Formats: sequence, C-alpha cells, structure tokens
Amino acid sequence: MTAPKPVAEDLFTWPSDEPRLIGSECADCSLISFPATDHCVRCGGSDARRRLLSNRGTLWTFTTQGFRPPSPPYDATDLDSFEPYSVGYIDLPGEVVVEARLTEPDPAKLAIGRPMRMVVTPYTVAEDGTETLTFAFAPEDDAAEEA
Amino acid sequence: MMEAVIIGVGLHPFGRFPGKSAMDMGTEATRLALADAGVTWPQVQAGYVGSLEVANPDAIIGRLGLTGIPLRGVFNGCATSGTALSMAARAIETGEHDITVAIGLDKHPRGAFAADPSVAGIPNWYGQTGLFITTHFFGMKINRYMHDHGITEATLAKVAAKNFRNASLNDKAWRRTPLSEQEILASPVLNHPLRQFMYCGPDEGAAAIVLCRADQAHKYTSTPIRVRAGVLRSRRLGAFEVQSPAFPVGEHAPSPTVDASRAAYEAAGIGPEDVDVAQLQDTDSGSEIIHMAENGLCKDGEQERLIAEGATEIGGRLPVNTDGGLLGNGEPIGASGLRQIHELVHQLRGSAGARQVAGTPRVGYAHLYGAPGVSAVTILST
Repeated sequence: MTAPKPVAEDLFTWPSDEPRLIGSECADCSLISFPATDHCVRCGGSDARRRLLSNRGTLWTFTTQGFRPPSPPYDATDLDSFEPYSVGYIDLPGEVVVEARLTEPDPAKLAIGRPMRMVVTPYTVAEDGTETLTFAFAPEDDAAEEA
Repeated sequence: MMEAVIIGVGLHPFGRFPGKSAMDMGTEATRLALADAGVTWPQVQAGYVGSLEVANPDAIIGRLGLTGIPLRGVFNGCATSGTALSMAARAIETGEHDITVAIGLDKHPRGAFAADPSVAGIPNWYGQTGLFITTHFFGMKINRYMHDHGITEATLAKVAAKNFRNASLNDKAWRRTPLSEQEILASPVLNHPLRQFMYCGPDEGAAAIVLCRADQAHKYTSTPIRVRAGVLRSRRLGAFEVQSPAFPVGEHAPSPTVDASRAAYEAAGIGPEDVDVAQLQDTDSGSEIIHMAENGLCKDGEQERLIAEGATEIGGRLPVNTDGGLLGNGEPIGASGLRQIHELVHQLRGSAGARQVAGTPRVGYAHLYGAPGVSAVTILST
C-alpha cells in the first residue's frame, strides 16, 4: 500500500489542508476555464495562466448515478461493491460552473441552491489498499462536520 | 435556387436483429426507399450515409451497385441524419444533382453508450471518475428545468407512456408494449429524476430517403414532400451542454437546438404556429418536454398543461413523436433522424395509418440533439 494518489496531475492542489481546483484564466479576455487549458474558447487566445478556483459555491443542478458506469472509461475497482453516487454542477461565484461528484448520494438531501464546499475524496481503492483521490463537493453542513 | 423534394422513404425495423449487419439493414432500407420512389439505383447521382458503428458506411455502395457516384460518409453524433438529409437536399438545391439519397444505419451493443472521453476532447480523469456518462446530463438538465418551470414527475411519466402507446401502433418500432404511467413510475431511478422506462436505449436499424428536383417530382410521385429547411448548429459558449466539465459564469447562451430551430424557421418562412406534427429528440422523456420549448412550440412551463390536456397525443393539436420517438424505437444513432423523416413524410402524405394525425397536416418538423452539443432541425411541407 502506498500513499493516496490524485487521479490526475494539475487537477487540484494536493497534498493540501484546503485543496483547490486548478483552473486557468485567459490572458487576453480573462475567461476562466476548468480544467486548466492554454486555449480560450471565447477569444481563441492561447496564452493563459493557472488560477486556483474557489472551494465554495452553490448547487446549480444535480442527478444520481444509479448503475455502475461502463468500464472503460470508469476505472473504480467496485465491480461487486458499486454504491450509487450523485453528480452535480456547482456555481463558483464569478468564476465557473463546475461538474463534480457529490459526497451525498441521496437526492432527497440535495437541493438546487444549497451551499457546497469542495473536498478531496477517494473514489476507488486498489487491491493493495492504495486509494485514488478525486475532487467532490459536499453540502456545506456535512463538510463543516467532517472538518 | 432549385428546391429539393422527398419522393421516397424506406425504413428497416428498429430493434435487435442478431446475426444481421448494419450494412444489410441499410441496404434493405435503401431498396425500400428506391421502390417507394419508383427509382432504380443507377438513377441515383449522389448520396450521404451516416453511421457510428460502421467506419465506412459508404461501402454500402458495394451492396447497392457499383455506379461510381460520390457517396459520402457523414457523422454528427445523434444529429447525423440531419446532416445526411440536409446535404442530400443541398446537392439538389445547388443544381449539382437531380436525384440523391440520404441513408442512416447503425447496430449498437447493448447498454449505455461507453466511450473514452478523448473522443470528446476531455481528459481521462473525467471518464475514470464516472463523470463521462451522457445520461447524467439529461437528468441534470430536466432536474433544473423542473425546478425552474414547475414541471412534475407525473408529466415525465405521461410523455413516456404516450411514446410507448404510439409505438404500439407502429409495427416497425422496437418497444411496442404500452406501459402505464404507474408502471413507468415504478421502474428504478437511473439518474434522478429519470427512471429506466423514461430513457431510450441504443439499438439497431436503418432508414433511407430519396430526393429529387422539385420540377421533376411529377415523374415519380403525386405527393412530393418539400424540404423547406435543414439546419445544423453546434453549442455556443455559455450553453449548458452534455459532456462539459464546466461552463462559464455570466455567459448565457441557449442550447444549439434554439439556434438551429430559429434559423430553420427563418429559412423555411414557416413559424412554430404552422407546425402540424413534430418529431423531437426524446433521448428521455424530460428531453421531449424541454425540446418542445426550445423548438418554439410552446413557452417554458406550458408543457405541464399541454401534456395534461393531451395536446401532444396523435389526436391532439400538436402531435409529437407519433411513431413512438426514440423511446419507442430506440436509437441507432446514424438512422434515428431519418426514422423521424420517414414518419413525417407518411404523416404529410396522409399514409400513416393508425398513427395518422387529424385533418390535413401540411408542415412537419424534425429535431435532433446530441453530443457534443449539436442540434439539427429539418422542416418539411406539402
């Protein structure tokens, strides 16, 4: 077993006590993008700088994933232990509306407009016990409790 | 400019056909369309063929006859057929050809479409972590829409029940067993608020359309159907679209459906109030509801009342998906839009049998939407 590892480089700051998503801001027109890119879809510019995104926002919409997604591309090792999860779009004020897994799987406990906070969480565990981490958003109350 | 008209339509049944290739189905559909038009293959001067699963759908020429004509493969995801038909019409409108075909064929494996995010230019982590699933988008879009416009779960069930009921009248449909609203609401939730029986499934099938110059149509048919508009639009910055890891704050654009729809009405000189029968992309029952408004056929939120009143039923004032739509027919991606056209042509000819809408429909409207945020609209008239 090795230390938990992020699913991708340059996606969120890690390790960190307060992890943040890594976006980018166009040097020409200031459009904020996620994931980070050098290419701007608004002005066509190719000069951008990295920018950390806010770790707090509001839930813009959400849904649930009731069945295990097709593999590939889904690569979690939960063939026999799949647990339904939720996904949503979180409005990070003044920045970008970002899609993410949500920590709360029950749609009855989610609501459009609810304050959310970013967390880093394992979405799969390898046979040797190594966790792979991704970013997710938690309802603000739950995130506060975990903290 | 010369006008293009449809003189023949052919449809291979949609469903599951073990041991039968997409190419075989496409060949049958094309032969049906040629027979319907009273045209032989050597008279066809050009064509456009769409498929997801068949890498070289233009190879169908080997089944139809090696006449040497330009037969071009086209692909635009779920909007593929819109492109095939538009280009087949355009080839006539420009004066390049007198008789053309549009063909769609596909044969998908069972289950949700699985693909690598790289096909959409998205990083691998998006797929690895379980975000690269198109059905999420449909759940999230209708969830937000219901919140904003007061659409209820009962209405989601009504739409699905209608489309399965319509499919039961269609011997070429896949899901021909009517389902009650209660049965639909009892099926498992796949992506909240959408349930299993509110989604279409990938399947197999083929369709073909034969077109000719309007001034020669009398040689083939007494009921030519005019192609009044064929428009394709892709997503603009700020639209909420499928397969989007993020979208900008403060940049708002409508769906490409809205853009394609407006451009098509303008090109046709026809307004939404003139539409007598519509075929709308019903990947799920929520999509049909949203697409009614995005295509200008009602205002946001009016669907709740319209559907309760039966307005979108075959006997209603705005029949939608009379042949069962994607819910009843499934979706062979390359053929789905030509299946819509096949139905509209029969409705406008008055030959739709048990599914025939009331009165004398003059204008038919077809709409497609799919990844990665692309929409095609076709407007037909008598």
